[in-house]
Amino acid sequence: MSTSDVKLLGGWPSPFVMRARIALNIKSVDYEFLQEKVGEKSELLLKSNPVYKKIPVLIHADKPICESLIIVQYIDEVWTSGPSILPSDPYDRAIARFWAAYIDDKWFPSVRGIALIAEGDEEKKEAVQEVATGLELLEDAFPKCNKGGNFFGGERIGYLDIALGCFLAWLRVTEKLNNVKLLDEAKTPNLCKWAESFCSDAAVKDVMPETDKLLGFAKVLMARFKAPPAN
Amino acid sequence: MAEEVKLFRTWSSPFPLRIVWALKLKGIEYETILEDLQNKSSLLLQYNPVHKKVPVLLHNGKPILESLVILEYIEETWKQHPLLPEDPFEKATARFWARFNDEELLPSIWNASTKQGKEQEEAIVQVEENLKYVEEELKGNVFFGGETIGYLDLAFGWLANLVSVLEEVTGLSLTASGKFPLLSAWMQNFSDAPVIKECWPPRDKLIIRYQAMIEKYTAVAAPK
Repeated sequence: MSTSDVKLLGGWPSPFVMRARIALNIKSVDYEFLQEKVGEKSELLLKSNPVYKKIPVLIHADKPICESLIIVQYIDEVWTSGPSILPSDPYDRAIARFWAAYIDDKWFPSVRGIALIAEGDEEKKEAVQEVATGLELLEDAFPKCNKGGNFFGGERIGYLDIALGCFLAWLRVTEKLNNVKLLDEAKTPNLCKWAESFCSDAAVKDVMPETDKLLGFAKVLMARFKAPPAN
Repeated sequence: MAEEVKLFRTWSSPFPLRIVWALKLKGIEYETILEDLQNKSSLLLQYNPVHKKVPVLLHNGKPILESLVILEYIEETWKQHPLLPEDPFEKATARFWARFNDEELLPSIWNASTKQGKEQEEAIVQVEENLKYVEEELKGNVFFGGETIGYLDLAFGWLANLVSVLEEVTGLSLTASGKFPLLSAWMQNFSDAPVIKECWPPRDKLIIRYQAMIEKYTAVAAPK
C-alpha cells in the first residue's frame, strides 16, 4: 500500500494524535504525517472533520476517520496481519474500552484542570487529588488486565496502554509546571514500572515527545491562553 | 451452557433502554434489576464503584459498564442479528455518531430544555446544528443501520422516546417544527418497530418525571 494512501492529520505535541501514530507503528503502516500549524486549521482538516475541526484525523483511501480511540480501533480492524491492539476476548475488550472511556471522560480533563483552571492552592490541591484518585483506580486495574505481562494489554502494548500512555509526557510537564508529583512510585508502583516499559516500547519511543521540548511548547501555549483578549 | 444475563436499569433512563433493545433484538433472555437512583442498591455500587450508574450488564457474574461499551460487548458475544456494520469504515462512522450523540446532541437538547434566556437561545441554535448532522447521516435510509435497526439507531433511539416529551414539557419545538423530515420519519419508524414498542416507558409517567426534573433545574437557575 503506498504511503499516500494513508495520511494522518495531527501535531507532534498532541497525545490524541500520538495514539493514532502508535497504532500505525504497531501495524507497521507507512503514512504521511501532515502536521497542522498551531493556532491555525488547514482546509483539509476543516473538510475532513467538519463536526469537531480537531486532530487527529486519519485519512485512508480518501476517507476520513475522526476521534482518536475510534481511529485506533479502525487501524486494528483494517490491518489484521499485524499484532492485535484490542484483546481478543469480548470481556477483556469491554474492560479496556471502559477504562479508555474513563480516561477521556474523567481523568484527562482533571489533568488539564490542574494547569488551566485551578487558581490558588486549595483548588489546585483538589485537582491534584482528582488526578491521583484516577491513577489509583488504574493502578488497581493493572493486575486485573496484564495477565502477568508488562502492559495492560499483556505481553505487548494494547488499546488501554495507548489510551493512557499517550498522556505520560503531558503528565511530566504538568508536574514540572505546577511543582506537584502526580505519578508517585509510593502510591502507584505498577503504573510507574508500566510507564517505563511503555515509553521504551519500539512503537512508542519515536513519537513520545521529549519532556523539555513539550515543556517549552506548553509554556508558549499557556501564555497564549492566559493572555488578555485582544481588543 | 446456562447463560446468566442480568441488567441493572431504571424504568425510564434512556441509556439502559439501549441495552434492553439490543438484548431483545438478539433474542437474549435476561433478568431485570430495577434500580432507584435516589436509593442505589449495594449490588449496583459493588458492580459499578467508579460511576455508580446504570446500566450494568452482568454476564455470568461479570459486570460490563457504560452503555456503548455494553452494546459492543453484546454484539461480540451474541452474533445473531448483527447491530454493527462489518466494514471497518462504516463501523468507525457509526461509533463516531454514537459518541456525537452522547457528547454533543444529548447535552445540547438537555441545555435547551433546562436553561433560560440567552443561554437557552444559544442552546437551541446548537440543537438545530446538531440535528442537521443527524438528518444528513440518515442518508435517506429507513434506519441508520440501513434496512434494519442497528447500533446507531439504538444510540439515537432516546430521541424517538424523549424529544416529544421534552417538547410537551417545555413548549419548545425541536423536531416538531418539521425542519427535519427524515429524522421525524425515522423517529416514527423506530418507535413503531415491535421490539422497540413493547419496551417503551409509559409516556404519561415520563411527562410527570421530566416536568419535575426541569422545574428543579430551572428553579435553581432562576434569577433572584
